[in-house]
Amino acid sequence: MSKNTQIIDKAIGQEYEYGFTTDIEQETIAPGLNKDVIKLISSKKDEPQWLLDWRLKAYDQWLKMDEPDWSKLNFSDIDFQSISYYAAPKPKKKLSSLDEVDPELLKTYKKLGIPLEEQKMLANVAVDVVFDSVSVTTTFKEELQKHGVIFCSFSEAVKNHPNIIRKYLGSVVPTTDNYFAALNSAVFSDGSFVYIPKNVRCPMELSTYFRINAANTGQFERTLIVAEEGSHVSYLEGCTAPMRDENQLHAAVVELVAHKNSEIKYSTVQNWYPGNPKTGKGGIYNFVTKRGTCLGDNSKISWTQVETGSALTWKYPSCILKGDNSVGEFYSVALSNNYQQADTGTKMIHIGKNTKSTIISKGISAGKGQNTYRGGVKIMKGAENARNYSQCDSILIGEECGAHTFPYIDVRNPSAQMEHEASTSRIGEDQLFYCNQRGISTEDAVSMIVNGFCKKVFNELPMEFAVEAQKLMEVSLEGSVG
Amino acid sequence: MLEIKNLHAGVDGKEILKGIDLTIKPGELHAIMGRNGSGKSTLANIITGRENYEVTSGTIEFNGENILDMLPEVRALEGIFMSFQYPVVIPGVNNTYFLRAALNSKLKHRGLKEVNAADFMRLIREKLKLVEMDEKYLSRAVNDGFSGGEKKKNEILQMLTLEPQLSILDETDSGLDIDALKIVAQGVNNFRNSERSFLAITHYQRLLDHMKPDFIHVLIDGKIVKSGGMSLAHELEQKGYSWLEA
Repeated sequence: MSKNTQIIDKAIGQEYEYGFTTDIEQETIAPGLNKDVIKLISSKKDEPQWLLDWRLKAYDQWLKMDEPDWSKLNFSDIDFQSISYYAAPKPKKKLSSLDEVDPELLKTYKKLGIPLEEQKMLANVAVDVVFDSVSVTTTFKEELQKHGVIFCSFSEAVKNHPNIIRKYLGSVVPTTDNYFAALNSAVFSDGSFVYIPKNVRCPMELSTYFRINAANTGQFERTLIVAEEGSHVSYLEGCTAPMRDENQLHAAVVELVAHKNSEIKYSTVQNWYPGNPKTGKGGIYNFVTKRGTCLGDNSKISWTQVETGSALTWKYPSCILKGDNSVGEFYSVALSNNYQQADTGTKMIHIGKNTKSTIISKGISAGKGQNTYRGGVKIMKGAENARNYSQCDSILIGEECGAHTFPYIDVRNPSAQMEHEASTSRIGEDQLFYCNQRGISTEDAVSMIVNGFCKKVFNELPMEFAVEAQKLMEVSLEGSVG
Repeated sequence: MLEIKNLHAGVDGKEILKGIDLTIKPGELHAIMGRNGSGKSTLANIITGRENYEVTSGTIEFNGENILDMLPEVRALEGIFMSFQYPVVIPGVNNTYFLRAALNSKLKHRGLKEVNAADFMRLIREKLKLVEMDEKYLSRAVNDGFSGGEKKKNEILQMLTLEPQLSILDETDSGLDIDALKIVAQGVNNFRNSERSFLAITHYQRLLDHMKPDFIHVLIDGKIVKSGGMSLAHELEQKGYSWLEA
């Protein structure tokens, strides 16, 4: 092992690429959470009374709830009073073009490789950027408007499209759903909103970039995507954060609504700061509730996630398959290296007839990382001829990591067809030596094996991001062989 | 080409090879025969640089260079190849992709241009014919779901593609039926020329009947106790190893 260990140590020296902070004037609310804070957030955003009431109700419910403790995640209690619930770049004025955005901010996004500028617009990606709590700018707005597509920050949507927001907000993830969803509902500051009108195929990939910058702040964004009958949209989110010694909380909620014959494809490349690789100090606590409803017949929701960052990941993007013949998919690659812990998976709730779901989960554990797949498939009484295929594979790199699989299956209709496959393998010394003997270095061998392992999921990502995901994987894994 | 002098080596502090001297010249095929546990595979692992195998004394030179401090991949790139006794399965990694990565790594090492996917396919199709392998094995994962015979053919396919100077065939005959054995031996024979050398490790004479080695060495308890020509293999087949034991 000695040689490989040396290679690892060398490569572990590779630092988290996005760990810089941006020196920008921030407007931050003092840490702590109470009704006044919520009122302050709401008033800063000029929100209507109904939304404030909704927030306050969620807060009341949150107070009565307990933090969930059923996951395999191991961490000390979060002090919710030590977190600031709002941070925004200052001054906050209406921005109509990129020229008005603080140049420091633009520099940050340049560093992150985000296609904000004109030249990069050729990439045909419309980007909404959420910096700490506030959505900074949305590119391509006009082009999208031509097709009737609405893609804007959540706060803007509340102002300009209140009826749609009011109709769908909390319709998929109710405020009472879980502890973190309730917290988010009370304090969410911004996020993205997408509306695709009837029979429109969104002409480009939509993308949101989340960035936590300020210290001691939590990020609580909310995303809502509504696809009307016969429409189609592909949406991608990416996330990074600076390196800090304190843990930072990210508790987002994503709601998807797919009407008849529509399709929503939602991809995530999550690369929050994972904490110090040697000590495990710091890193993002990522508690996210993502759920989509296939409301109409023949609708489809597809989740693809590549989770390489965060100290903790607690995330189960799910589908409620209400419409007949509706389809839910979940493709996931979750990596836990060093001290990272991930407890992630999905829920597929089959309600309509002939509903179909596919789950492909690939867990990678390296270093001292702990990786858990937790998935639930539920076939309700009326779900005639429902079908599910689940595949959960884990790969272990080194001696000190762990992989865990918890599949829950609940079938209440005898016509259901369920398939479940699971495997656990290790990147062994023999595989590495075999590659070495063919002239392939250990690092190349690991990345080759891991990419082969993840291929099925990477194939689901939009082209331009598949390459990025592969690169990210290489960086996150470099030298993790033991 | 390969020169081993007074090699003492082992694993976990246990000495397995107790003074090996062996010289292989370009164009020669040497065979090492011996019982299980005599140190045959240890010798192969030492030459290729497998981890956890330790050399306590002696030297190994390849083309006049000491290779003992080289990483296994460097030794491979320098021209040492081993056909594994138990080829390793690498799930998810496409066989063609793997082989091309290996070839390109070698080309790069030599300062040559890497081969693109289309040219590689043309090349590999030619090589496939030589070992009578079906093209379907190219699209599978490396050794995944291959039968014993297919795995060994795949090893020879890799050898033919990478064109090493020294090929170590570690029990390449084990797990092969007679037809596959012939194909594998034929593949090796056609690959022989005045530049390339071979070290075949085996229990049995039957592979050697097809390959006609120049030298046969008998390894007992970590030492070469007897060397000779093809007649030695026949003698071993008849008498076994005990007459050579001290």
